[in-house]
Amino acid sequence: MQLARVVGTVVATQKHLKFEGAKLLLVQPIGLDDTPRGTALLAVDSVGAGVHEKVLVVIEGRAAGEALGRKVAPVDAAIVGIVDRVDIEE
Amino acid sequence: MQLAKVIGDVVATVKDGNLSGIRLMLLQPLGPDLKASGRTLVAIDAIGAGVGETVFFVRGKEASFPFHPQEVPTDAGIVGIVDHVDVPEM
Repeated sequence: MQLARVVGTVVATQKHLKFEGAKLLLVQPIGLDDTPRGTALLAVDSVGAGVHEKVLVVIEGRAAGEALGRKVAPVDAAIVGIVDRVDIEE
Repeated sequence: MQLAKVIGDVVATVKDGNLSGIRLMLLQPLGPDLKASGRTLVAIDAIGAGVGETVFFVRGKEASFPFHPQEVPTDAGIVGIVDHVDVPEM
């Protein structure tokens, strides 16, 4: 899983039927210092995350499909948690 | 998933039998600002997207799921057409 920041929302009327009712959020993976890492991606949201929140994202097809709760769904990323805090031991 | 612009299509007469009848589109991935970000790629189209449209696509084996149980040999597939993207200021 990866830490990411929700940066936006995406609306798509015409989409594969397995996405019906799913919320699509644009997330930017971040490092431990909150700086962006790599390119932003779209993830389905199964936990009710909002824009600007720090979240936990799975970037793997099977796991994302399970988070969405739908079999053979064409998804590759899902938000599976909202991060309260990250503790790092020095 | 990732945002992309459909910038063209690809025609291949000789190809895997499970790809026959499926359109191949040329995609330019986009960042949250809808500017080009990353390398272009070819993706199968599961939704009826056209050149010039902004879409989102899925990477990996899950890209073949819209054609399930047909085993389409692909690693990327268009699964939605984007109406709009909302990225509020931090």
